Amino acid sequence: MISDSIKELLIIAIGSALVSNVVLSQFYGLCPFLGVSKQLKTASGMGAAVIFVITLASFVSSLVYRFLLQRFHIEYLKTIVFILVIAALVQFVELVLKKKIPVLYKSLGVFLPLITTNCAVLGTALTNVQEEYGVLFSTVNGFATACGFALSICILAGIREKMQYNNIPKAFQGMPIVLVTAGLMAIAFCGFSGLL
Amino acid sequence: MSEMNTSKKNSNVVAPLINGLLKENPTFVLMLGMCPTLAVTTSAINGMGMGLTTAAVLTMSNIIISLLRNIIPDKVRIPAFIVIIASFVTIVGQFLQAYLPALNDSLGMFIPLIVVNCIILGRAEAFASKNNPIASAFDGLGMGLGFTIALTIIGTIREMIGAHKVFGISFADIATIVHAPASVSEWLSAQSPIAIFVMAPGAFFVLACLTAMQNCIKNRKLAKGEKTKIQSGCGQDCLECSDTGCAHRFYDQDGKDCAIGKKEENND
Repeated sequence: MISDSIKELLIIAIGSALVSNVVLSQFYGLCPFLGVSKQLKTASGMGAAVIFVITLASFVSSLVYRFLLQRFHIEYLKTIVFILVIAALVQFVELVLKKKIPVLYKSLGVFLPLITTNCAVLGTALTNVQEEYGVLFSTVNGFATACGFALSICILAGIREKMQYNNIPKAFQGMPIVLVTAGLMAIAFCGFSGLL
Repeated sequence: MSEMNTSKKNSNVVAPLINGLLKENPTFVLMLGMCPTLAVTTSAINGMGMGLTTAAVLTMSNIIISLLRNIIPDKVRIPAFIVIIASFVTIVGQFLQAYLPALNDSLGMFIPLIVVNCIILGRAEAFASKNNPIASAFDGLGMGLGFTIALTIIGTIREMIGAHKVFGISFADIATIVHAPASVSEWLSAQSPIAIFVMAPGAFFVLACLTAMQNCIKNRKLAKGEKTKIQSGCGQDCLECSDTGCAHRFYDQDGKDCAIGKKEENND
């Protein structure tokens, strides 16, 4: 029984981290993916912040959904409630980090405001509801999704750092070559579909 | 001064429409709202549906935000805008679920995600919060239709290359409808579509080509010494840029001359 649910959790985790990668096949969170991937250092910071926020947001939003929205039969308000919960949560986390764990705030703080209106966070929360995951499954799914994001943004940043020394046609300099790179990464991630 | 501007704009509602459709086309010129642009343009119909849904939300939220612009305190304006936008997204989502379930299913999660589309928040911030409701309505309509046209074009290209279809009608059927010579339909049936273009990687490649074209035009304009609004994928690092919802993209690069909203501010 327990081993069954662990197996199911693993399948969900691998599925959302690799097979249906949040950026490369679902297209959530494209803005930070393209906007904060110039350097590996900042990209990994962003990845860590996203893991932190999405995991927390998945947990809190699934709690709110189960014990507030479902209880009072107002499921149709989920979009409004989730975006408010996420925004408030990010603000709250920022305050807590600033007061209690300044070290962590120094490394993650700058990324937090960027994440509030990131569609990956809201998208994951809504996916959890759509797939009817419980609180535990939602949290694991959120964590795995965010790990997928962190993985792909780090890979892209690594490639972009190397790409600086390459000779790129003038029209393709800047964003176009990054998009081509992302497309090639997406093809590579298509290969994971055989995993499950 | 602002009174005069407002009355001028009242008489000229066409300007914001044209502005959204051409001069500041959210997709082709400003490169905003990329997530839905890439995700739902697997076919022309999907692109069009997404565009029209966004246009409806944008127009309505622009009107309400413009009506409330003097009531909403400046400090909490972003959360207030988000609540207004989210309400309209919920309304439109319910409407689609009831009357267009097929479209609702194919757009899926991207309907609720209109809430975080930067075109809508950006327009609220850059235009609706500074202008009267009528101008804001037309601005929303123009921007929304500009987005719709862009998504339809991208969707058509991807559908044509990736599935050999136009608006869901296959090339073979079109050949029969227009009574094309047998050699043409034979040649068509011998070709196989490049399926990757309707899959995730294809979206990146189409967008890459699009931004490369924008780069070309931009470079040519810059070489001539003309000012240009073309973003071709904002090259800035988001960390060094403090603008909420990429609202700064609605202004020219030097940050002075721009969209109607900003001009009014300068006049004041």
